[in-house]
Amino acid sequence: MNKEHNKAKKFGMVIDLDKCTGCGSCMVACMAENNVPFKADETNKLDSITWMRVYKLTNGKSFPDADFCYLPRPCMHCEGEHGHSPCVSVCPATATDYSHETGIVSQIYTRCFGCRYCMAACPYHARYFNWWDPVWPEGMEKSLNPNVSVRMRGIVEKCSFCYHRYQLAKEKAYYEDRREIEEQEYQTACTQACPAGAITFGDLNNPEHAVHELKKNPNAFRLLERLGTNPKVYYISSREWVRLAGDNYLRQEGKSEKN
Amino acid sequence: MDSALIPEGVKRCSPAKFLIFLGVVGAVLLWGVFAMLLCWIKGLNQTNMNDYYGFALWIWADLAVIALGGGAFFTGFLRYIIGKDELKNIINYAVLIGFICYSSALLILAIDIGQPLRGWFIFWHANVHSMLTEVAFCLSCYFGVLTIEYLPLILENRQLDRVPFFHNLSHNMHEIMAVFAATGAFLSFFHQGSLGGVSGVLFGRPFGYREGVFIWPWTFFLFTWSAAACGPCFTILITKITEKVTQKKLVKDNVIELLAKISGWMLATYIIAKILDTWYWASVTAPSKGFWLLDFYSNNPFYGPWILVLEVIICGVLPALILITESGRKSKTALLLAVILAVIGVSLNRWVMVLQVMAVPVMPFDSWYMYFPSWQEIATTVLPVAYGVILIGLSHRYLPIFPQEKELNPID
Repeated sequence: MNKEHNKAKKFGMVIDLDKCTGCGSCMVACMAENNVPFKADETNKLDSITWMRVYKLTNGKSFPDADFCYLPRPCMHCEGEHGHSPCVSVCPATATDYSHETGIVSQIYTRCFGCRYCMAACPYHARYFNWWDPVWPEGMEKSLNPNVSVRMRGIVEKCSFCYHRYQLAKEKAYYEDRREIEEQEYQTACTQACPAGAITFGDLNNPEHAVHELKKNPNAFRLLERLGTNPKVYYISSREWVRLAGDNYLRQEGKSEKN
Repeated sequence: MDSALIPEGVKRCSPAKFLIFLGVVGAVLLWGVFAMLLCWIKGLNQTNMNDYYGFALWIWADLAVIALGGGAFFTGFLRYIIGKDELKNIINYAVLIGFICYSSALLILAIDIGQPLRGWFIFWHANVHSMLTEVAFCLSCYFGVLTIEYLPLILENRQLDRVPFFHNLSHNMHEIMAVFAATGAFLSFFHQGSLGGVSGVLFGRPFGYREGVFIWPWTFFLFTWSAAACGPCFTILITKITEKVTQKKLVKDNVIELLAKISGWMLATYIIAKILDTWYWASVTAPSKGFWLLDFYSNNPFYGPWILVLEVIICGVLPALILITESGRKSKTALLLAVILAVIGVSLNRWVMVLQVMAVPVMPFDSWYMYFPSWQEIATTVLPVAYGVILIGLSHRYLPIFPQEKELNPID
């Protein structure tokens, strides 16, 4: 057996913030793909579910130095130290799991009993609680994605890196008597929906995947690296203030003050 | 009407007065039950919790009542293991208060989870790495211990005691109570500690995160310590309130003063440890994550440095100083002030370690969010208080909770 075949995958993302226009296509695609429930009024972002959420960052300066940046934030699928991600380690019912095979942090909806400890543990606010039962506009239930289970009231959900697509790609490869899937066979909905091509997705461990090189970009950074969460989502920006906005710095550490 | 049930040699208020008391508190209880049903039937959208405040008033209430109920395990430990015999005169009440606190905590947890019918998953699919798993196991087991400790008291009711089986069962249970007290102390050490670990292990939340020993963050030990220090203060406070309401002395001063003295030294040593922990966290742990101490206490409308001063100095150092001095313990006003401050202090500590952990923004481009509970959350938090008052009322009326009551209040 080829040793390379057994190498663990580590799926991750590299998001070029200089390309992101903040159009929100990734958010829409994510919601449609993953049957994310919504309310009639989604203005309160504190209780609405957005697996992929685009934040607007500003440098806090006045014209003509004012600048802004959009930052899409999926689940970071933190590896922590040896898979000890912030949320996985705290779940009392093993309802969320870190896969050492793919690097994906999964959420087992049928096992979650809604204690919300994982939400308290996640510094990225990437986890969402179903405060209500999902209600789809009449007829819409017919257009739900059959590959993704809908969730019920009282449990936590989050971005899965469209894991069902990975399963489908693996099934196809197995059917075609292949052991490995190609890079393009498994892509997340947000990646494919981004009109600017700002999101790149793939196996961070695989030198043949674009993300493997992109993450080495000198302008690449990850959110809140200092916490030791070891996320698998990388960002790239040529702007220093954006890179500095990705973490907390004491005043004497950063070139500029904390945002 | 119910005189046959009232212990011999003690005086109780009239049944009418007692029924009015039960009616008033019962109305509050029903309000809480209504809110509880709303939460169970309609879901947690009845609360003001949100995705930033997944943990809120209820988790604070849980942590606070368990800390305050710590008087049961620590008084039991002092009475049965260390051998402080005088404490036999307050241990019954400490057990009753502990029973109320722990049953309340379990009830609140049952309301707090999004899928109450799946509550048993915490035992069935237990993740041994989670502090909440440890909390669930130890808390449930200790509640069992408290039930066993409370049972002989119920069996000592005048009518039940006439049944030979109950009389002998109660007597024999008292004989082996040291075993249960030791078990209770052991379990309490772990669940009080693991409640401290709940926020202490959150390495993604620099406000709550603490380093520690092996798998236990410093908050693990601080929570156990503070519960042992402040739990007995709560027992003293409730005893004093009961004495005020019943208008009679129920426990002799030397018993209260002994418990207060031990509490005082526990509180004094705890607060030294707490100050050291805060200093290390503020100067080493938080800066390593990119935060200065004042980052946690500024740019928001509520959480300022005052909360730290209130918790550590006013509700920590001050009551400790009062309780470790003899004159402080002997002064009724100073003693009462000290136990009230200690109770506020430990409750505030639990608030900070739950609510402020949620409030502090971690991503640099995120903001502080404030939270105020909905009436349903408040009502369900008041519910266990009403239940506790009723259980105390019933226990005091029909059970010989205070061994010194007859001697202190002779009936002519």
